[in-house]
Amino acid sequence: MSGNPAIEVEKLVREFRKGPRAVDGIDLTVSPGEIYGFLGPNGAGKSTTVLMLTTLLPPTSGRASVGGFDVVRQGAEVRASIGAALQEAALDAILTGREHLMLQTTLQGIPKAERGRQTDALLERVGLTEAADRRVGGYSGGMKRRLDLALALVHRPPILFLDEPTTGLDPQSRSALWEEVARLAHDEGITVFLTTQYLEEADALADRVGIIDRGRIVAEGTPAELKAEIGSPSVEVTPVDLDASDRLAQLLDRFGELRRNGRGNVTVQLPGGEAQLAEVVRALDQAGLHVELLQLHQPSLDDVFLAKTGHKLEGAGEGEAEAPAGGGRRGRRRRGR
Amino acid sequence: MRGFLNVVHGVAWRSIHNTLVNPAVLVPSLIFPLFFLIAFAGGLSRISDVPDFHYAAGYTSFQFVFVFLQSAAFGGVFTGFAIARDFDSGFARRLMLSAPRRSGIIAGYAVGALLRWAITGTVVTIAALIAGMNVYGSGIDLFGLLGLGVMMNLVAALWACAIAMFLRTEQAGALIQMPVFVLLFLAPVYVPLSLLTGWIHDVANLNPVTAVLEAGRGLLAGSPVKVGIAFAGLAGAVLLMAVFSRRGLASAERAG
Amino acid sequence: MAVDVALGPIAAQRSTAPGVVEQTLAVAHRAVIRTLRQRALLIFPMIFPLILFAINGSALSAATHIPRFPTSNYRDFLIAMPFIQGAMFVSISAGVDLARDIESGFMNRLALTPLRSEAMLVGQLGGALVIGVIQAIVYLLVGVATGVTFASGVGGAILVIGISILIAFAFASLGELLALRFGTGEAVQSIFPLLFVTLFLSSSSLPRNLIKADWFREVATYNPVSYLLESLRSLVITGWNAQALELGIGFAVALLVITVALSQRVMKSRLARL
Repeated sequence: MSGNPAIEVEKLVREFRKGPRAVDGIDLTVSPGEIYGFLGPNGAGKSTTVLMLTTLLPPTSGRASVGGFDVVRQGAEVRASIGAALQEAALDAILTGREHLMLQTTLQGIPKAERGRQTDALLERVGLTEAADRRVGGYSGGMKRRLDLALALVHRPPILFLDEPTTGLDPQSRSALWEEVARLAHDEGITVFLTTQYLEEADALADRVGIIDRGRIVAEGTPAELKAEIGSPSVEVTPVDLDASDRLAQLLDRFGELRRNGRGNVTVQLPGGEAQLAEVVRALDQAGLHVELLQLHQPSLDDVFLAKTGHKLEGAGEGEAEAPAGGGRRGRRRRGR
Repeated sequence: MRGFLNVVHGVAWRSIHNTLVNPAVLVPSLIFPLFFLIAFAGGLSRISDVPDFHYAAGYTSFQFVFVFLQSAAFGGVFTGFAIARDFDSGFARRLMLSAPRRSGIIAGYAVGALLRWAITGTVVTIAALIAGMNVYGSGIDLFGLLGLGVMMNLVAALWACAIAMFLRTEQAGALIQMPVFVLLFLAPVYVPLSLLTGWIHDVANLNPVTAVLEAGRGLLAGSPVKVGIAFAGLAGAVLLMAVFSRRGLASAERAG
Repeated sequence: MAVDVALGPIAAQRSTAPGVVEQTLAVAHRAVIRTLRQRALLIFPMIFPLILFAINGSALSAATHIPRFPTSNYRDFLIAMPFIQGAMFVSISAGVDLARDIESGFMNRLALTPLRSEAMLVGQLGGALVIGVIQAIVYLLVGVATGVTFASGVGGAILVIGISILIAFAFASLGELLALRFGTGEAVQSIFPLLFVTLFLSSSSLPRNLIKADWFREVATYNPVSYLLESLRSLVITGWNAQALELGIGFAVALLVITVALSQRVMKSRLARL
């Protein structure tokens, strides 16, 4: 196999008439067999990027190649190399799952003798054999997404685009889809370009993550690299007696950078990592300080997003949070990662 | 009583307001009756050359009465569509929660329908006059014609209200509309009753709309006929539909 | 099931792209299945013209007493109307179907395959073909059952079916053009009143030479729908009238060709496929 990237994008721009730049000069490279997570809030430019890379939308400027083919000049070759499950499931409620696959195999030029076999194999692969002859209108959201994936795989493409594939799915269906995507990449060597607004999804699936906000890539790397860039874990401590807050702050000051909020709790960075947590607990015990809550916070991709953009990923696109001064982290009770 | 009137006022205001600010609703309600007037009075005017076609005021006036009453009926029918949409969107539930006297909701929709038809009826009348319609009836006759239109509008609005409240979905549109459409067209639309033959003559003879149509045409021509029967029939229909719509409201209340 | 990854440039496994005929048949197959599975959508468009035929056929029967009216049976005159009305309903349903594909993103799915735009356009008309055939046969049978007689005989009756299918095709193509241009089912449906108006501003209820109002007669003369009606009507009342047939078929073919050509252009930008 050649060392060519599976996807290569250089200064890609998409402008809409009377609108902002939906994609504002992005550069990225995806290696063959990699799962690339494209993470960003609603309206960041993820789907627009996917539409350009799948030849459904022309770029305003810049260049992109998929499977070694230019998306503008070699559109037909690009489409032959890719499968895509776009943001809308885009299924016909009146057709059955099997009929969808038969139509797709015909249009993709699968030889007539193989169509039935290919259809059966794909239905079995995505767990829809029993529902194959039911109309898609009666499928659950998870079933529709699985059919969508099967349709994208009909012609065995080496590159797969998945645009927010688990949006709206229940946790069980989401896990099942994650498993299948991971298997496609790791067992079969398919390159997966996955867009998502879910941190867990990017964290769990992606080999590398590109974070996009307002049309620009603000960070790129493996999830571990990105989190390490932001900083170390922190521990949030709430004393039982709020008047002891000053004592608490004095005690914890020696461990690392400190932050207090108005409600009496104190958050301290742990530059030595999680291992320092035991020392903190010992120190509190020795000082006789009773705590109501002690919570360890690991940096998350949301923290990366916050640090790079000044607002949080979750809830972004609906309303933006002000970035704290100095680029420090905010303690969040909800997420203990 | 005050609560009832407040509800009527609120619902009627919303109904007329939503029509006036939404061209997609207002324009078709004006265009369609005008179109029927043009198609029937313009395209079929030769029908008055049929032997034994006697109508003193001329074919344009003959067709105007039908279009006038048809616009009244369909003005009532469109109210049903709006009610059904309100149920689909959940707004109807808000109305039922906030109205101290829920029967005021029905009355409010009916008043809204009448106000909307006032606009359509005026436009159609002006168009017919411009097209050369002859008016031989006296002021009282014309008032009677207007009365027929008002009651026709009320009957259709209450019918539409009832169906919409029983079914509570926009899919009810066809069921609201079709019976009214068929009833109107199974009347002497193009020629007088005496020139209809075959099954349609028998059906039109039994069709209560026929009496209303003939009364209206008589009033416009200054030779009133069947006016009493027409008004009595319409009054009966109003009562019947009022009960029906009240039952519809009760059904909607039970559904929550 | 392993995926074979060929040497670079990375390429997928696929036989050669299917021919346009095979693509057209695949799309048409889907369109036919969709039509046959939505029977409720078939019934109203078929019934409504028949209701009007029944009502107007009787209500306007006195029109045959107008001097120089071409037939003594008004239904012979009116039978052409349901075919055209039915074709207009086909137009809307074809347009709404295609608009649904656009709105749902199904068109994007098809755009990612080697499907050619002409195969897409013609194949989608498969559903219209099914409806057109069923409607034509039903209207013909109802007409015959209610006393309509064909001056052109059995051959003329068969030709009526053929011409009405052509007309249904032409209107379906118009519906597709509207769907491609506006992209939503609501926009397609909002055109229906306009089609309705063109039907009534024609020789649908009276022959053109008997229309009294000059302006109305003028409009009907310039209205292509008049010639569609008259071509069908000529086979019932007159027999074999070459001019009427040429004009009606000519207008239907012109409508089909123009709408398909325009649809091709709009389709290219709609698919935005490179």
